[in-house]
Amino acid sequence: MVTLSINGQQVQGVDGSSILEVAREHGIEIPTLCYHEALEPYGGCRLCVVELKAPRGPRLVASCVYPAEEGAVVETDSEIVHRSRRMTAELLLGAAPNAKVIQALAARMGVEKPRVSLSDNNCILCGLCVRACREIVGANAISLVNRGFTKEVSPPFEIGSNACVGCTTCVFLCPTGAIKLEEVLANRSVHHWDSDFEAVACKICGDHYLAPELAVDVEKVLSEENA
Amino acid sequence: MSFQPTFDASEIEDLLNGKRGGEHPSLMSVLEEVQARYRYLPQDALILISESMGVPLSQTYGVATFYNAFSLKPKGRHVINVCTGTACMVRGAKKVLERISDRLGIQPGETTEDGQFTLETVNCLGACALGPVVVADGAYSGEVTGAKANALLSKVMAEAKTV
Ligand code: FES
Ligand code: FES
Repeated sequence: MVTLSINGQQVQGVDGSSILEVAREHGIEIPTLCYHEALEPYGGCRLCVVELKAPRGPRLVASCVYPAEEGAVVETDSEIVHRSRRMTAELLLGAAPNAKVIQALAARMGVEKPRVSLSDNNCILCGLCVRACREIVGANAISLVNRGFTKEVSPPFEIGSNACVGCTTCVFLCPTGAIKLEEVLANRSVHHWDSDFEAVACKICGDHYLAPELAVDVEKVLSEENA
Repeated sequence: MSFQPTFDASEIEDLLNGKRGGEHPSLMSVLEEVQARYRYLPQDALILISESMGVPLSQTYGVATFYNAFSLKPKGRHVINVCTGTACMVRGAKKVLERISDRLGIQPGETTEDGQFTLETVNCLGACALGPVVVADGAYSGEVTGAKANALLSKVMAEAKTV
Protein backbone atom coordinates (compact mmCIF):
# COMPACT_ATOMS: atom_id res chain seq x y z
CA MET A 1 0.00 0.00 0.00
CA VAL A 2 1.05 3.56 -0.62
CA THR A 3 -0.09 6.58 1.32
CA LEU A 4 -0.31 9.96 -0.32
CA SER A 5 -2.12 13.20 0.09
CA ILE A 6 -4.74 14.33 -2.37
CA ASN A 7 -6.23 17.78 -1.78
CA GLY A 8 -4.92 17.67 1.75
CA GLN A 9 -6.61 14.37 2.51
CA GLN A 10 -4.46 11.36 3.45
CA VAL A 11 -5.43 8.47 1.18
CA GLN A 12 -4.18 4.96 0.57
CA GLY A 13 -3.92 3.02 -2.64
CA VAL A 14 -2.75 -0.37 -3.82
CA ASP A 15 0.84 -0.50 -5.05
CA GLY A 16 1.05 0.15 -8.74
CA SER A 17 -2.16 2.13 -9.01
CA SER A 18 -2.28 5.46 -10.75
CA ILE A 19 -3.12 8.72 -9.03
CA LEU A 20 -6.44 8.68 -10.88
CA GLU A 21 -7.36 5.25 -9.58
CA VAL A 22 -6.60 6.16 -5.99
CA ALA A 23 -8.48 9.44 -6.32
CA ARG A 24 -11.55 7.75 -7.74
CA GLU A 25 -11.52 5.09 -5.05
CA HIS A 26 -11.80 7.92 -2.56
CA GLY A 27 -14.52 9.73 -4.41
CA ILE A 28 -12.27 12.52 -5.63
CA GLU A 29 -13.43 13.60 -9.05
CA ILE A 30 -10.93 14.05 -11.88
CA PRO A 31 -12.25 14.57 -15.41
CA THR A 32 -11.04 12.12 -18.07
CA LEU A 33 -11.69 11.45 -21.71
CA CYS A 34 -9.31 8.85 -23.01
CA TYR A 35 -9.35 6.75 -19.86
CA HIS A 36 -11.44 3.61 -19.61
CA GLU A 37 -11.32 1.14 -16.75
CA ALA A 38 -11.25 -1.82 -19.08
CA LEU A 39 -8.33 -0.55 -21.12
CA GLU A 40 -4.69 0.21 -20.58
CA PRO A 41 -4.26 3.88 -19.69
CA TYR A 42 -3.16 5.93 -22.66
CA GLY A 43 -2.35 9.43 -21.42
CA GLY A 44 -3.62 10.97 -24.63
CA CYS A 45 -6.13 13.66 -23.76
CA ARG A 46 -4.36 15.41 -20.84
CA LEU A 47 -7.68 16.28 -19.29
CA CYS A 48 -6.83 14.34 -16.15
CA VAL A 49 -3.85 16.51 -15.24
CA VAL A 50 -3.25 17.13 -11.55
CA GLU A 51 -0.66 19.15 -9.74
CA LEU A 52 2.07 17.05 -8.18
CA LYS A 53 3.65 19.13 -5.43
CA ALA A 54 6.00 16.53 -4.03
CA PRO A 55 8.18 14.68 -4.66
CA ARG A 56 9.90 16.50 -7.55
CA GLY A 57 7.26 19.14 -7.87
CA PRO A 58 5.45 21.26 -8.36
CA ARG A 59 4.41 20.18 -11.82
CA LEU A 60 1.49 18.89 -13.84
CA VAL A 61 1.18 15.17 -14.50
CA ALA A 62 -1.45 13.09 -16.26
CA SER A 63 -3.06 11.27 -13.34
CA CYS A 64 -4.28 8.32 -15.41
CA VAL A 65 -0.72 7.23 -16.18
CA TYR A 66 1.19 8.68 -13.24
CA PRO A 67 1.81 6.17 -10.47
CA ALA A 68 0.63 6.98 -6.97
CA GLU A 69 3.84 7.22 -4.98
CA GLU A 70 4.41 7.01 -1.27
CA GLY A 71 4.38 10.47 0.23
CA ALA A 72 3.17 12.22 -2.90
CA VAL A 73 1.31 15.48 -2.45
CA VAL A 74 -1.34 16.00 -5.10
CA GLU A 75 -3.79 18.80 -5.82
CA THR A 76 -6.62 18.11 -8.25
CA ASP A 77 -8.37 21.44 -7.99
CA SER A 78 -5.72 24.13 -8.01
CA GLU A 79 -5.61 27.15 -10.28
CA ILE A 80 -2.81 25.78 -12.44
CA VAL A 81 -4.76 22.55 -12.94
CA HIS A 82 -7.84 24.44 -13.99
CA ARG A 83 -5.85 26.59 -16.37
CA SER A 84 -4.37 23.55 -18.03
CA ARG A 85 -7.71 21.77 -18.33
CA ARG A 86 -9.34 24.87 -19.70
CA MET A 87 -6.71 25.02 -22.43
CA THR A 88 -7.17 21.34 -23.19
CA ALA A 89 -10.93 21.78 -23.35
CA GLU A 90 -10.52 24.72 -25.70
CA LEU A 91 -8.29 22.74 -28.04
CA LEU A 92 -10.67 19.81 -27.95
CA LEU A 93 -13.54 22.11 -28.78
CA GLY A 94 -11.52 23.45 -31.68
CA ALA A 95 -11.00 19.90 -32.85
CA ALA A 96 -14.56 18.66 -32.38
CA PRO A 97 -16.87 21.69 -32.18
CA ASN A 98 -20.00 19.66 -32.82
CA ALA A 99 -19.44 16.91 -30.30
CA LYS A 100 -21.89 17.10 -27.39
CA VAL A 101 -19.51 15.78 -24.72
CA ILE A 102 -16.87 18.25 -25.75
CA GLN A 103 -19.32 21.14 -25.78
CA ALA A 104 -20.50 20.21 -22.30
CA LEU A 105 -16.96 19.80 -21.09
CA ALA A 106 -15.88 23.14 -22.50
CA ALA A 107 -18.88 24.86 -20.97
CA ARG A 108 -18.03 23.35 -17.60
CA MET A 109 -14.49 24.66 -17.88
CA GLY A 110 -15.69 28.10 -18.87
CA VAL A 111 -14.67 27.98 -22.52
CA GLU A 112 -17.15 29.65 -24.83
CA LYS A 113 -15.64 29.85 -28.24
CA PRO A 114 -12.37 28.20 -29.12
CA ARG A 115 -9.73 30.51 -30.51
CA VAL A 116 -8.64 27.81 -32.92
CA SER A 117 -10.49 25.73 -35.44
CA LEU A 118 -8.67 22.48 -36.05
CA SER A 119 -11.18 20.24 -37.78
CA ASP A 120 -14.86 19.63 -37.81
CA ASN A 121 -15.13 15.91 -37.71
CA ASN A 122 -15.97 14.74 -34.25
CA CYS A 123 -12.98 12.53 -33.72
CA ILE A 124 -10.69 13.74 -30.94
CA LEU A 125 -8.16 10.92 -31.41
CA CYS A 126 -8.61 9.59 -27.89
CA GLY A 127 -7.86 6.14 -29.24
CA LEU A 128 -10.59 4.38 -27.24
CA CYS A 129 -11.91 2.62 -30.35
CA VAL A 130 -8.47 1.55 -31.49
CA ARG A 131 -7.48 0.27 -28.06
CA ALA A 132 -10.74 -1.57 -27.49
CA CYS A 133 -10.47 -3.19 -30.90
CA ARG A 134 -6.99 -4.36 -29.99
CA GLU A 135 -7.19 -5.06 -26.28
CA ILE A 136 -10.72 -6.34 -25.83
CA VAL A 137 -11.97 -7.55 -29.18
CA GLY A 138 -8.57 -8.63 -30.40
CA ALA A 139 -9.54 -7.87 -33.98
CA ASN A 140 -6.97 -5.13 -34.57
CA ALA A 141 -9.09 -3.80 -37.41
CA ILE A 142 -8.24 -0.14 -36.96
CA SER A 143 -5.33 1.98 -35.86
CA LEU A 144 -4.24 5.58 -35.63
CA VAL A 145 -2.60 6.43 -38.92
CA ASN A 146 -0.54 9.36 -40.17
CA ARG A 147 0.88 12.03 -37.92
CA GLY A 148 0.14 15.55 -36.80
CA PHE A 149 -2.81 17.30 -38.40
CA THR A 150 -3.55 14.40 -40.73
CA LYS A 151 -3.70 11.82 -37.95
CA GLU A 152 -6.89 9.80 -37.99
CA VAL A 153 -8.45 6.50 -37.08
CA SER A 154 -8.50 4.21 -40.05
CA PRO A 155 -8.29 0.60 -41.14
CA PRO A 156 -5.20 -0.34 -43.16
CA PHE A 157 -4.96 1.42 -46.52
CA GLU A 158 -8.12 3.34 -45.72
CA ILE A 159 -10.25 0.63 -47.21
CA GLY A 160 -12.54 -1.81 -45.47
CA SER A 161 -10.70 -4.06 -43.12
CA ASN A 162 -11.56 -7.72 -43.24
CA ALA A 163 -10.27 -7.91 -39.70
CA CYS A 164 -13.38 -6.00 -38.58
CA VAL A 165 -15.92 -8.38 -37.12
CA GLY A 166 -18.69 -5.82 -36.93
CA CYS A 167 -18.94 -6.05 -33.15
CA THR A 168 -19.55 -2.27 -32.86
CA THR A 169 -17.54 -2.00 -29.65
CA CYS A 170 -15.92 1.07 -31.15
CA VAL A 171 -19.31 2.71 -31.61
CA PHE A 172 -20.22 2.26 -27.98
CA LEU A 173 -16.91 3.48 -26.68
CA CYS A 174 -16.61 6.53 -28.92
CA PRO A 175 -17.29 9.48 -26.61
CA THR A 176 -18.06 11.98 -29.34
CA GLY A 177 -20.23 9.96 -31.69
CA ALA A 178 -17.66 10.09 -34.48
CA ILE A 179 -18.41 6.47 -35.23
CA LYS A 180 -22.11 6.05 -35.96
CA LEU A 181 -24.22 3.07 -35.02
CA GLU A 182 -26.74 3.77 -37.78
CA GLU A 183 -24.02 3.48 -40.34
CA VAL A 184 -22.86 0.26 -38.85
CA LEU A 185 -26.35 -1.21 -38.78
CA ALA A 186 -27.31 0.15 -42.18
CA ASN A 187 -24.52 -1.51 -44.03
CA ARG A 188 -23.22 -3.79 -41.34
CA SER A 189 -19.95 -2.09 -41.69
CA VAL A 190 -18.09 0.08 -39.31
CA HIS A 191 -17.90 3.82 -39.85
CA HIS A 192 -16.56 4.58 -43.32
CA TRP A 193 -14.43 1.54 -42.74
CA ASP A 194 -16.68 -0.55 -44.87
CA SER A 195 -15.54 -4.04 -44.23
CA ASP A 196 -18.10 -5.88 -46.27
CA PHE A 197 -19.04 -9.34 -45.31
CA GLU A 198 -22.28 -11.20 -45.54
CA ALA A 199 -23.43 -10.92 -41.97
CA VAL A 200 -24.91 -14.06 -40.49
CA ALA A 201 -26.94 -14.70 -37.37
CA CYS A 202 -25.20 -15.73 -34.20
CA LYS A 203 -25.70 -19.42 -33.59
CA ILE A 204 -26.40 -18.88 -29.93
CA CYS A 205 -28.79 -15.97 -29.78
CA GLY A 206 -29.81 -16.10 -33.42
CA ASP A 207 -29.96 -12.39 -33.48
CA HIS A 208 -26.88 -10.26 -33.81
CA TYR A 209 -24.82 -9.76 -36.87
CA LEU A 210 -21.63 -11.68 -37.10
CA ALA A 211 -18.89 -12.10 -39.64
CA PRO A 212 -19.16 -15.58 -41.16
CA GLU A 213 -15.89 -16.84 -39.76
CA LEU A 214 -17.08 -15.99 -36.27
CA ALA A 215 -20.37 -17.80 -36.50
CA VAL A 216 -18.93 -21.05 -35.28
CA ASP A 217 -21.06 -23.76 -33.90
CA VAL A 218 -20.23 -23.45 -30.24
CA GLU A 219 -21.59 -26.87 -29.32
CA LYS A 220 -19.43 -28.46 -31.95
CA VAL A 221 -16.35 -26.61 -30.81
CA LEU A 222 -17.00 -27.56 -27.20
CA SER A 223 -17.60 -31.22 -27.98
CA GLU A 224 -14.40 -31.30 -30.00
CA GLU A 225 -12.49 -29.69 -27.20
CA ASN A 226 -13.88 -32.13 -24.68
CA ALA A 227 -13.22 -35.13 -26.87
CA MET B 1 7.99 4.28 -64.14
CA SER B 2 11.01 2.73 -65.66
CA PHE B 3 13.33 3.23 -62.71
CA GLN B 4 11.03 1.52 -60.29
CA PRO B 5 12.15 -1.94 -59.25
CA THR B 6 9.12 -4.16 -59.38
CA PHE B 7 7.83 -5.72 -56.24
CA ASP B 8 8.98 -9.25 -55.70
CA ALA B 9 7.42 -11.26 -52.88
CA SER B 10 10.29 -13.71 -52.69
CA GLU B 11 12.70 -10.86 -52.03
CA ILE B 12 10.67 -9.76 -49.06
CA GLU B 13 10.53 -13.32 -47.82
CA ASP B 14 14.30 -13.61 -48.08
CA LEU B 15 14.62 -10.40 -46.18
CA LEU B 16 12.34 -11.64 -43.43
CA ASN B 17 14.08 -14.99 -43.23
CA GLY B 18 17.44 -13.32 -42.97
CA LYS B 19 16.12 -11.19 -40.16
CA ARG B 20 14.64 -14.09 -38.32
CA GLY B 21 17.98 -15.81 -38.09
CA GLY B 22 19.40 -13.02 -35.97
CA GLU B 23 17.94 -11.02 -33.18
CA HIS B 24 14.26 -10.56 -32.55
CA PRO B 25 13.23 -8.91 -35.80
CA SER B 26 12.00 -5.37 -35.51
CA LEU B 27 9.24 -4.11 -37.72
CA MET B 28 11.03 -0.81 -38.22
CA SER B 29 14.19 -2.35 -39.57
CA VAL B 30 12.28 -4.58 -41.99
CA LEU B 31 10.26 -1.61 -43.22
CA GLU B 32 13.43 0.45 -43.58
CA GLU B 33 14.99 -2.17 -45.79
CA VAL B 34 11.92 -2.50 -47.95
CA GLN B 35 11.73 1.27 -48.27
CA ALA B 36 15.38 1.43 -49.28
CA ARG B 37 14.95 -1.36 -51.81
CA TYR B 38 11.77 -0.15 -53.51
CA ARG B 39 11.81 3.51 -52.46
CA TYR B 40 8.33 2.94 -51.07
CA LEU B 41 6.36 0.37 -49.14
CA PRO B 42 4.21 -1.60 -51.56
CA GLN B 43 0.82 -2.61 -50.17
CA ASP B 44 1.47 -6.29 -50.79
CA ALA B 45 4.79 -6.04 -49.00
CA LEU B 46 3.11 -4.62 -45.92
CA ILE B 47 0.57 -7.43 -45.94
CA LEU B 48 3.27 -10.04 -46.34
CA ILE B 49 5.41 -8.54 -43.58
CA SER B 50 2.45 -8.34 -41.21
CA GLU B 51 1.47 -11.91 -41.80
CA SER B 52 4.88 -13.40 -41.45
CA MET B 53 5.88 -11.31 -38.46
CA GLY B 54 2.57 -11.79 -36.72
CA VAL B 55 2.00 -8.04 -36.43
CA PRO B 56 -1.58 -6.89 -37.11
CA LEU B 57 -1.80 -5.15 -40.46
CA SER B 58 -3.48 -2.15 -38.84
CA GLN B 59 -0.39 -1.68 -36.69
CA THR B 60 2.05 -2.07 -39.56
CA TYR B 61 0.03 0.45 -41.52
CA GLY B 62 0.04 2.82 -38.56
CA VAL B 63 3.84 2.67 -38.36
CA ALA B 64 4.23 2.96 -42.13
CA THR B 65 2.15 6.13 -42.23
CA PHE B 66 3.62 7.68 -39.08
CA TYR B 67 7.24 8.07 -40.08
CA ASN B 68 8.39 10.52 -42.69
CA ALA B 69 11.08 8.10 -43.76
CA PHE B 70 8.44 5.74 -45.10
CA SER B 71 6.34 6.36 -48.14
CA LEU B 72 3.36 4.49 -49.55
CA LYS B 73 3.95 6.04 -52.94
CA PRO B 74 7.15 5.41 -54.89
CA LYS B 75 9.74 8.10 -54.21
CA GLY B 76 12.11 9.32 -56.85
CA ARG B 77 15.71 8.21 -57.15
CA HIS B 78 16.82 11.63 -55.98
CA VAL B 79 15.14 13.24 -53.04
CA ILE B 80 15.42 16.96 -52.53
CA ASN B 81 14.35 18.27 -49.19
CA VAL B 82 13.81 21.95 -48.54
CA CYS B 83 13.55 23.09 -44.95
CA THR B 84 10.51 25.30 -44.50
CA GLY B 85 10.90 25.67 -40.76
CA THR B 86 10.41 29.11 -39.26
CA ALA B 87 14.08 30.10 -39.29
CA CYS B 88 14.64 28.94 -42.86
CA MET B 89 11.40 30.54 -43.94
CA VAL B 90 12.32 34.00 -42.68
CA ARG B 91 15.68 33.62 -44.40
CA GLY B 92 14.08 32.99 -47.77
CA ALA B 93 13.21 29.29 -48.00
CA LYS B 94 10.05 30.11 -49.90
CA LYS B 95 11.99 31.47 -52.87
CA VAL B 96 14.29 28.48 -52.83
CA LEU B 97 11.38 26.07 -52.75
CA GLU B 98 9.62 27.88 -55.58
CA ARG B 99 12.74 27.86 -57.70
CA ILE B 100 13.23 24.12 -57.30
CA SER B 101 9.55 23.36 -57.65
CA ASP B 102 9.32 25.38 -60.89
CA ARG B 103 12.35 23.80 -62.41
CA LEU B 104 11.28 20.24 -61.61
CA GLY B 105 7.69 21.02 -62.52
CA ILE B 106 6.34 19.38 -59.36
CA GLN B 107 4.85 20.52 -56.08
CA PRO B 108 6.32 19.57 -52.70
CA GLY B 109 5.40 15.98 -51.91
CA GLU B 110 5.35 15.02 -55.58
CA THR B 111 7.63 12.93 -57.75
CA THR B 112 8.52 13.65 -61.37
CA GLU B 113 6.91 11.39 -63.95
CA ASP B 114 10.14 9.69 -64.85
CA GLY B 115 10.54 8.63 -61.23
CA GLN B 116 13.78 10.56 -60.91
CA PHE B 117 13.09 13.39 -58.46
CA THR B 118 11.01 13.83 -55.38
CA LEU B 119 10.60 17.24 -53.80
CA GLU B 120 9.86 17.37 -50.11
CA THR B 121 9.72 19.89 -47.33
CA VAL B 122 10.79 19.41 -43.74
CA ASN B 123 9.87 21.49 -40.73
CA CYS B 124 13.33 22.02 -39.22
CA LEU B 125 16.60 20.20 -39.53
CA GLY B 126 18.11 21.64 -36.41
CA ALA B 127 20.56 23.72 -38.44
CA CYS B 128 18.61 26.94 -38.31
CA ALA B 129 21.69 29.18 -38.18
CA LEU B 130 22.59 27.90 -41.64
CA GLY B 131 19.18 28.53 -43.14
CA PRO B 132 17.77 28.23 -45.67
CA VAL B 133 18.83 24.60 -45.67
CA VAL B 134 18.40 22.19 -48.57
CA VAL B 135 19.22 18.49 -48.40
CA ALA B 136 19.81 16.91 -51.78
CA ASP B 137 20.33 13.15 -51.70
CA GLY B 138 21.40 13.35 -48.10
CA ALA B 139 23.93 16.17 -48.59
CA TYR B 140 23.24 19.32 -46.62
CA SER B 141 23.69 22.80 -48.07
CA GLY B 142 23.28 25.94 -46.01
CA GLU B 143 22.54 29.58 -46.83
CA VAL B 144 20.92 28.52 -50.04
CA THR B 145 19.81 31.28 -52.36
CA GLY B 146 17.79 30.98 -55.54
CA ALA B 147 20.98 30.82 -57.58
CA LYS B 148 22.60 28.31 -55.27
CA ALA B 149 19.47 26.16 -55.43
CA ASN B 150 19.70 26.23 -59.20
CA ALA B 151 23.30 25.11 -59.14
CA LEU B 152 22.51 22.36 -56.64
CA LEU B 153 19.69 21.12 -58.78
CA SER B 154 21.85 21.15 -61.90
CA LYS B 155 24.35 18.96 -60.13
CA VAL B 156 21.71 16.45 -59.03
CA MET B 157 20.19 16.46 -62.51
CA ALA B 158 23.58 15.83 -64.08
CA GLU B 159 24.10 12.87 -61.76
CA ALA B 160 20.70 11.56 -62.66
CA LYS B 161 21.71 11.54 -66.31
CA THR B 162 24.86 9.53 -65.74
CA VAL B 163 23.08 6.58 -64.13
S1 FES C 1 -7.53 10.54 -19.11
FE1 FES C 1 -5.49 10.84 -18.61
S2 FES C 1 -4.71 11.66 -20.42
FE2 FES C 1 -6.74 11.20 -21.00
S1 FES D 1 14.17 25.98 -39.62
FE1 FES D 1 15.36 25.09 -41.15
S2 FES D 1 16.84 24.10 -40.00
FE2 FES D 1 15.57 24.90 -38.47
